[in-house]
Amino acid sequence: MSRVLVVAEHDGARLDDATAKCVRCALDLKPNALVVAVLANGGADIAAQAARLKGVTQVVLVDAPHNAEPLAAILAPQLKSLAEGFTHLFGPSSTFGKDLLPRAAALLGVGQISDVLAVLSPHRFRRPIQAGNAVVTVEADPQRLVVATVRLASYRGVDEGEPAPIEKRTLDVALPGHTRFVERRASGGERPDLMTAQRVVSGGRALGSAEGFKLVAELADVLGAALGASRAAVDSGFVANDLQVGQTGKIIAPELYVAVGISGAIQHLTGIKDARTIVAINKDPEAPIFEVADVGLVADLFKAVPELIGALRAKRTR
Amino acid sequence: MQTIMVGIKRVVDYNVRVRVKPDGSGMATEGLKMSINPFDEIAIEAALRLKESGVFTHVVLATIGPAEAEQQLRTGLAMGADRAIRVNAPAALEPLTVARALHGLALREQPGLIVLGKQAVDDDHGQTGQMLAALWDRPQATFASELTLVGNVATVTREIDAGLETLSVDLPAVVTTDLRLNQPRYVKLPEILKAKSKPLAVIQLAELGVESARQFTVREFAPPPARAAGMRVKDVAELVAALEARGVLQ
Repeated sequence: MSRVLVVAEHDGARLDDATAKCVRCALDLKPNALVVAVLANGGADIAAQAARLKGVTQVVLVDAPHNAEPLAAILAPQLKSLAEGFTHLFGPSSTFGKDLLPRAAALLGVGQISDVLAVLSPHRFRRPIQAGNAVVTVEADPQRLVVATVRLASYRGVDEGEPAPIEKRTLDVALPGHTRFVERRASGGERPDLMTAQRVVSGGRALGSAEGFKLVAELADVLGAALGASRAAVDSGFVANDLQVGQTGKIIAPELYVAVGISGAIQHLTGIKDARTIVAINKDPEAPIFEVADVGLVADLFKAVPELIGALRAKRTR
Repeated sequence: MQTIMVGIKRVVDYNVRVRVKPDGSGMATEGLKMSINPFDEIAIEAALRLKESGVFTHVVLATIGPAEAEQQLRTGLAMGADRAIRVNAPAALEPLTVARALHGLALREQPGLIVLGKQAVDDDHGQTGQMLAALWDRPQATFASELTLVGNVATVTREIDAGLETLSVDLPAVVTTDLRLNQPRYVKLPEILKAKSKPLAVIQLAELGVESARQFTVREFAPPPARAAGMRVKDVAELVAALEARGVLQ
């Protein structure tokens, strides 16, 4: 008899695909009710998008000026109020959900299961630990609300279905004034977003410098791919931290992942193991990246990558 | 504002590969090198820099765990922290319990800021800082890559999926650290010797009114599912052909 509340992620105008993935995960509970909560300033369009997600039984829209920005300190007390009567509260394991859900859980007096990658029953879940070196089965107390974040790379979004009813709700909850939004700066510019791109090209320490990293960026552009990096490349200062792919960075599941000069530390591999096709170019034949690569090329990247860029360009103009 | 508090955790060293025990009962951690959780090390560095710039006068380290965790507290003291507190408790506490213990310490110490890593690299929960902020009823700024303090306000730039977000929060507050916030300093030998005489207090979890009861049971540890080994190609022409054959270049 599960009743699941999913908190929607959105940018103020559009529903993020993360929400459809959380709904897919929640459906594995075979819930009696699956309600999506949209907390926004305005938000009618977002609520309408959420209502069309297949399997959703109702959308609750909390439209208020204080919900203009996704501040955990503001949203968590509202989620606490909305969660009443539910058995499960789910959100995405994106930076939005990772920030918000633990705060809501603590207000509700319960723990949280982070990064659910499989639902075994309404109170048994699988999640990764130790940078993906192990997967544990966690059993929650059936007497308590289960708060969980959903590992997005493990789920496809649900399709569209018949629209569910939308209920507008006004919450009478005291909200703090101690946290203020200042600004948001998008990264990446012209390239596709790393989290949602169908193709990703990443570079590692072997690129040697920020200048050397431009080679990887050029390959990404030829492929129309997003740009990523290993932790080693980020630590070396070649690129910004928000490009980091791996357990402590972004966990992604593109159709094509090309790893250039990346040895393949376990924490990096954890971030890419749901990719459909992994390609590795590395001059060390023993590099662990080759253990997971579908297609591996042992070569000096400074020779192979320009050659590959040339071949792809030639193919395109043919 | 006198005190800045840093929460740290003892974990298997980041560079050591941990494996599941053959019987699936847990991770085989015996004899492995233990360290401060790397994100917590960044938190210590952030606190030390704020002290050095004159914003705070004392850096207090806190850990919730068994006696062995005092090694990591000593390392933090050698980095430059002034004193340390160990709340005696079993390892493998749930994040909510750790957050409750840190909240108990926050009420005693009245810090102007608490800094922690964004996640521990052993169980990867990523919850403690947010839970602490909720219990303490104070602001949180998670995944910080920049942190500046002016008066009673912290301006924090956060690493979010869409790029960078800046928040302004009133102190006291909780900040969790991301990789890019700083590069932690190396500890010099004389500092290690000096750290041995710095104060390290031990208190019991129960003294903070916190119980160690668990809400979750971990049933089974399994190795991650392996990907099937792929093919090796000998040159770029073969690589392009292999990608075309897989239909990923359309």
